[in-house]
Amino acid sequence: MSTPTDVESPFLPVAATPTDRRRLPRSSPRLSRDTVSLIGIGVFAVLMLLVAPAVLSDFRLNNLGKYACWAMVAVGIGLAWGRGGMLVLGQGVYFALGAYAMAMHLTLETAGPDAIPVFMILYDPLAPLPGFWEPFRSGAFTLLAVVGAPVLLAGTLGYAIFKRRVKGAYFAILSQALAVALAYLIGGTIKLTGGDTGLSDFKYFFGYDLSDPINKRMIYSITAGLLVLCLLVVWQLYRSRFGELLVATRDAEERVRFLGHDPANIKLVAYVTAAVMASIGGALFVPIAGIISPKEIGAAASIFLIAGAAFGGRATLFGPVLGALLLGYGRSSLSEQWENGWIYVLALMFILVTLLAPEGVASIPRRAAGLLGSLRRPTESRPPRNTAAKETKS
Amino acid sequence: MTGQDYVEVQGLTVDFDGFKANEEVDVTFLQGRIHFLIGPNGAGKTTLVDALTGLVKGTGRARYGNLDLLSLKSHQISRAGVGRTFQTATVFEELSVLQNLDIAGGVHRKAWGMLRARKGIPDYVQEAMETVGLADLRDRPAGVLAHGQKQWLEIGMLLVQDAKVMFLDETVAGMSHEERDETGELLRRIAPSRTIVVIEHDMDFVRNHADFVTVLHAGKVLAEGSVADIQGNPRVQEVYLGRNIEEVSHE
Repeated sequence: MSTPTDVESPFLPVAATPTDRRRLPRSSPRLSRDTVSLIGIGVFAVLMLLVAPAVLSDFRLNNLGKYACWAMVAVGIGLAWGRGGMLVLGQGVYFALGAYAMAMHLTLETAGPDAIPVFMILYDPLAPLPGFWEPFRSGAFTLLAVVGAPVLLAGTLGYAIFKRRVKGAYFAILSQALAVALAYLIGGTIKLTGGDTGLSDFKYFFGYDLSDPINKRMIYSITAGLLVLCLLVVWQLYRSRFGELLVATRDAEERVRFLGHDPANIKLVAYVTAAVMASIGGALFVPIAGIISPKEIGAAASIFLIAGAAFGGRATLFGPVLGALLLGYGRSSLSEQWENGWIYVLALMFILVTLLAPEGVASIPRRAAGLLGSLRRPTESRPPRNTAAKETKS
Repeated sequence: MTGQDYVEVQGLTVDFDGFKANEEVDVTFLQGRIHFLIGPNGAGKTTLVDALTGLVKGTGRARYGNLDLLSLKSHQISRAGVGRTFQTATVFEELSVLQNLDIAGGVHRKAWGMLRARKGIPDYVQEAMETVGLADLRDRPAGVLAHGQKQWLEIGMLLVQDAKVMFLDETVAGMSHEERDETGELLRRIAPSRTIVVIEHDMDFVRNHADFVTVLHAGKVLAEGSVADIQGNPRVQEVYLGRNIEEVSHE
């Protein structure tokens, strides 16, 4: 059907194409945008890893670590939702996988070898340790589970969902329902999981004493480092061909299908990556916050996780991370003085952002520049503009 | 090298719960020939293309090489070298012209390569960009392109895919005269090595660029032949109620 020449050059010799023009340098705006973003990540890394530990008290730094855990989830949400168009309303599920894996390990480590957790003894001093707890005595297994469990769950769920072409509101409801269901499941199995009280009172973190501020600072550094790593991962994904394809899938899934791709596979990669980030965030949240309970993973918590990404700008590189840090800060500093008041402030900020900058706070500079230059895209000029057409054929 | 490749449709029927959008359609599309599908609204032109590209289910046979297009899924059909455009141009608005074209060439890339940024511009992308005349707009987001340019970009994406069969659905609708002429020339340039099928309402465009015309009416083939054959065909004139084809075929 196709002759050998077709393989090498699928085109007719239309016009002589000067070969030397092919290897044009990448356009300067694109190149510089990648580099600028990389510099931005560098600046962020310096602030988080050097400046923050130098200027913040132990207490404040620990709080920042907590926000950084939420920010990690938000980075993944930016990938799955901002770039991939999947409204992941239930990232609490993956946050929970990492958090409970870590919490079970720390609980067992605190209880000591061969002992069972304190809360279980309270119910039944003679009860054996439930089978699914046993492997979490091993630190290595725990770390493996923090990464492996979300890959397995998100991979299986995602495959089933995306291959069936479930999307939009149905996907959002499904993911939210999972978070609610998991929170109920944990809340209802108090003898196995600590129930609504959650797991807390961890004394050791892989051999390190958690009451020592130095060790808490170390955990903060690990968290901040991993957050920077997550940013680097999405930075590379966004500039890669995969990132382009993901945006294309978000905007016109059918078209992508007609280019010969299976959109389900593309979405799956983004979804699983986001799940792993959420799980790692959850795992580090446990030693930092000192407690994990269904309250941190249910519907409200999941919405809080996605709120940061929406607030900051879901499709941008820095929007989700900055939005999540800001909301985390707002949540704890406001609730210190005014219990539950932050939720009103959050709601108000949300309304303002949605009205004034629907693409998030990070988009405000660009929007401002766009307005100033009055170079906003000339929307839907249905009748073709001849000037533009001629310009083409110069 | 003309004429070896073809799509042969036999007895194609598309049944929407009793309503037959296409009924026993027999038509053959040959390589190197710009083949137009015309007919009043609701004649089943787009449905025919939908059936051949896996968007709706059809019965009958549609042979392309040793494949039966009716038994394949959309992405398999695309990978077999059969591409299409849509009535409303669907380019990826937030991506640049270059990114749009590059994505179209992505099917055969290795998974690992997908995770890296593009370095330079692949030759076939550059060629397609020049063929459709969008090389100067390489970094422009596709969303800001003029309507006609979006259609050219879509054709460019089919070129990058190296689609041997192209179904173009009302490509020149809404284009200016200059754009129509340029589109016609573009089709003429790429036609010899490809099988090109165009759904069209604009009779001037059909007259100027058609090598072969198939008229559909009520889901069936009413007539086929050259432009002159079609215009002289009494059955075609009857379907168009004695009126001028131009008048009726305007939406």
